Formats: sequence, C-alpha cells, structure tokens
Amino acid sequence: MDYEEAKVKVTEELTKKLKTKSKFYFNDLAKILGEKPRAAKKIVNQLVQDGVLEYWSSGSTSMYGLAGTGKQAHAEHED
Amino acid sequence: MAKHETPMLDQLESGPWPSFVSDLKQQAEVRAKNEANIEFQIPQDVVEDLLGVLELSYKHGRTHWKHGGIVGVFGYGGGVIGRYCDQPEQFPGVAHFHTLRVNQPSGKFYTTKYLRELCDLWDLRGSGLTNMHGSTGDIVFLGTTTPQLEEIFYELTHKYNQDLGGSGSNLRTPSDCIGQARCEFACYDTHDLCYNLTEEYQDELHRPAFPYKFKFKFDGCPNCCVASIARSDLSFIGTWRDNIKIDAEAVAAYIGGEIPPNGGAHSGRDWGPFDIQKEVIDLCPTHCMWMEDGKLMINNKECNRCMHCINVMPRALHIGDDRGVTILAGAKAPILDGAQMATLIIPFMKVEPPYTDIKEKVIEPIWDWWMEEGKNRERLGELMKRQGLQKLIEVLGVNPDPRMVQEPRSNPYIFWKEDEVPGGFKRDINEFRKYHQR
Ligand code: SF4
Ligand code: SF4
Repeated sequence: MDYEEAKVKVTEELTKKLKTKSKFYFNDLAKILGEKPRAAKKIVNQLVQDGVLEYWSSGSTSMYGLAGTGKQAHAEHED
Repeated sequence: MAKHETPMLDQLESGPWPSFVSDLKQQAEVRAKNEANIEFQIPQDVVEDLLGVLELSYKHGRTHWKHGGIVGVFGYGGGVIGRYCDQPEQFPGVAHFHTLRVNQPSGKFYTTKYLRELCDLWDLRGSGLTNMHGSTGDIVFLGTTTPQLEEIFYELTHKYNQDLGGSGSNLRTPSDCIGQARCEFACYDTHDLCYNLTEEYQDELHRPAFPYKFKFKFDGCPNCCVASIARSDLSFIGTWRDNIKIDAEAVAAYIGGEIPPNGGAHSGRDWGPFDIQKEVIDLCPTHCMWMEDGKLMINNKECNRCMHCINVMPRALHIGDDRGVTILAGAKAPILDGAQMATLIIPFMKVEPPYTDIKEKVIEPIWDWWMEEGKNRERLGELMKRQGLQKLIEVLGVNPDPRMVQEPRSNPYIFWKEDEVPGGFKRDINEFRKYHQR
C-alpha cells in the first residue's frame, strides 16, 4: 500500500474509534492496513516518525494511538 | 528531619536484612547535602517524595502510580517506561518518575570508570537511584522527568556509546552468562552471540511490533546461570555432542582428597572425605557412570549433560570438544497463563559467526509465525500451547525428535496429514469392498 494512502486509512479508522478507545495494539493496525506484520511495521514506524502515531507503553505492553489523543495526554493537560 | 513521616517504611528497616528503605534514606540525605555541588536537573527532594508516596501507598493499600504512559525518546518505542504519580501536589518531586532501561554490556562486564560515568549522569539528570540489574538484565535508572529523557539518551549514545534496552512489546535486552570470558564450562561464545543478535535485531529491540515481549537468553552450558530455560522465549544453552573428557589422574586426586570437590565451594563445614560413589556416581540422573578397575567410566550415549559430575570434579572432567547449542522455546512467567518452562526445539546446532542458521532457521520463522498468529499479549509459549508443538515443528521445518517430548502420551491424539500416509486418504472402494460388506 502507498504510504499516503495508508496514512489516511489509519487516521480515519482510528479517529472513528476514538470515542471508545484511544490506544491500539500493533495487530489492530496491521488489520486496518490489511498487511502482513513485517510490511505493516514499516508503515507504522514511518507514521510514528512523522508524528501521526505515538507509542504508549505500560512497561510490559506497547500500544499505539493518534498523537495527542490518549488519556495520558489528557492527564498531562496536553489536549 | 525527613520531609515526610514514614512510620511503616521505618519498620521495614528493623529486620535482619539490608533494607531498600535505608538505601533510599541515605540517597535522600546525599541529595539534600549535595556535597558534590551537582546542578540537579530534577527536584532535589525526589527521593524524599518517593518515600512519602510509598508510605501513602502502604497506608491506602493501593498504588499511587498511574498505569504506563506516552514517553520515550525519538524513534524508540521501548527503553523508557512512563511513570506518573497520581498525587503530584502532595509529592511534586515524583510527579514524573520515569524509568530508563539501559542495555547492559554482555556478561555485565564494566570498568569502574564506566560505572562512575553512568552514575554521574544519573545523579545530574535523574534521582540517582538505580536497580543493578533488572530481571531482564538491564541497568535500570529509576526516576526522572520527561524533559530529561532526550538529554540522557543523547549523552548515553554520544558520550558513552551506550544504547537503551527493550521494554514493552519488543525484543527485550538480550542477556547472557559470563561464558568463555571467565568460565571453562562455556560451550560457545555467549558474548559474541548475544552481541551479534542485539546488533542484528535493533529494529525489533527498539520498535514494538510483537504481540507481547520476547526474550533471548544465552547460557554457555546447562548450568544455566542466566536461567534461560525458565525466563526466555528463546533459550540458547551450550552443549556438546561427543564425550566428556576424563583426566584419570585428576579423578584419582579427587578420590585421594588432594583436590577439594566442587572447587572447594562447600568447605564451610566438614562433610567427611570425598566419596565419589555417593557424591558423583549415585547422583548421576541417568545412571551412566561407574567405576571399573579403579577408573571412572561414562556411557556418554546416556549422559544428558546435567553438569553434575563436571561441577563436582572440574579438574578431572571437562565438556566435550564437538560443541554447539541446544535451543528451547516458550518459557515465561505467569501473566495470561501459568508459568512455563521452555520446550526443546533444536537438540543441537553448531554456533558459528555470523550465526546464519540461528537467525534464518530458528529466530525469524518463529517470529513470522508468532507475529501472524499470536493474539495480543500472548507469549510464544502460550501460542505453542494453543496451536501445539506439532505446529511449531512445521514452522521450523524440523523433524520431530523424542527429545522434544517431556513425558510420553500427555496428548493422546495423533493427527496424520494426507502426505504423511502412504497412498494418502483416498481409497479404492472396490478394494475396500473385497473385505467389508455394505
Ligand atoms: S552457564 Fe555455564 S558457561 Fe555460563 S557461566 Fe554458568 S557455568 Fe559458566
Ligand atoms: S553430566 Fe550428568 S548425566 Fe552426564 S555423566 Fe555427568 S552426572 Fe551423569
């Protein structure tokens, strides 16, 4: 999938779900992208580099969210 | 005067053991006095507030740390664990108290200079509290604020040539035993393999895309000093294929009491004269040792490399020369499912740089399988349980081997595939009818 296309798709899908959740597993992103994990990882890495997505980590698990939308951002008064 | 009253923590200091509370108080005092004139970049009273919030947690019986967070250094999805306090007004010093994992050098070899540099950096930009080492092996820096993270990362990488370790759904910092650097039992170069794989899998280490954590650990021999068999998704244990080397003269010297058994390790008490029958031969788990005309004999075919005899008489017995590694998969601590020990998947493989077989025939096929099939937060060991060892064998393209079976018949079902059955599943109905009526 073309990167720009992937960006739009991920942003749209995650925005739709924002009401109920703000953090997503890598697998959820791979599903949205319809790619195998290795191919999806390249796109997801780029989305993080470009500031579209951000990491969230509990220490043991990692998740992804649209930058600035997580509950942590809220707790930190960033939204 | 301490900033916060901590009666419950104080009680923890009263037992016979060294107490982390005393250590924290000592560090609080060092920071308060600041004899080294450090320009602290985070609150000077961070440790006092840490003691305060911990006391409050004991009082309430609940934690006052929030769960996780969005912090990290640019481009890395691991290595930093966000910790925020939910009582920041009362304890401003620990409003942010993030943890950094620093990738420990292989075998944890340091120079004192290097340790001093790390501590200086951490006194300046963090709480000065460390955990040497975390259970994955990392050097753990406990407690700093968000603005310091990039600064610390820059100094670590640029000045000290030092990287962060793994956390979250990443490859975790690989860790190894002291190996050939110091230990004559090591069957392969644990440092080289550990370092090589750390370099090779930088992307996996820093950018999370696994269903959950994944650990490699490297033990040079079955003594398993880093407990890889119990604590890693892929455990690499050194072994040998040929015979244990026996120095008959040294065996006689042990029997004659000239060399202390176990390298003198149990000499704190008088156990009486060394008895090779009782202390070695009778304890061999596979009963493959015996004395013949005053000479020690081993049936190496039966030996399962438990290391006992070698540990007791290291100067008489030595690991064989045809060395390699046994690979096991799926150990884990209890989170989703109960604790699991690793299962053997590769009985023997040679270990030679650049380790192409280990990478391409073991690690990568396993990752591909787990990344596609693993559920969120499912460890490799759990996937192995869910889909079966048979599936993993297929993924690896190896032949089933009796050594992979822990106990016979724990699973009574055998499923044959069509291509495994001569003639397949199709039958000639006329042939069938010759023997069976309708
Ligand atoms: S695991 Fe074996 S090789 Fe490694 S340090 Fe321990 S005894 Fe030595
Ligand atoms: S290593 Fe263990 S199994 Fe092998 S001969 Fe020695 S005691 Fe027996």
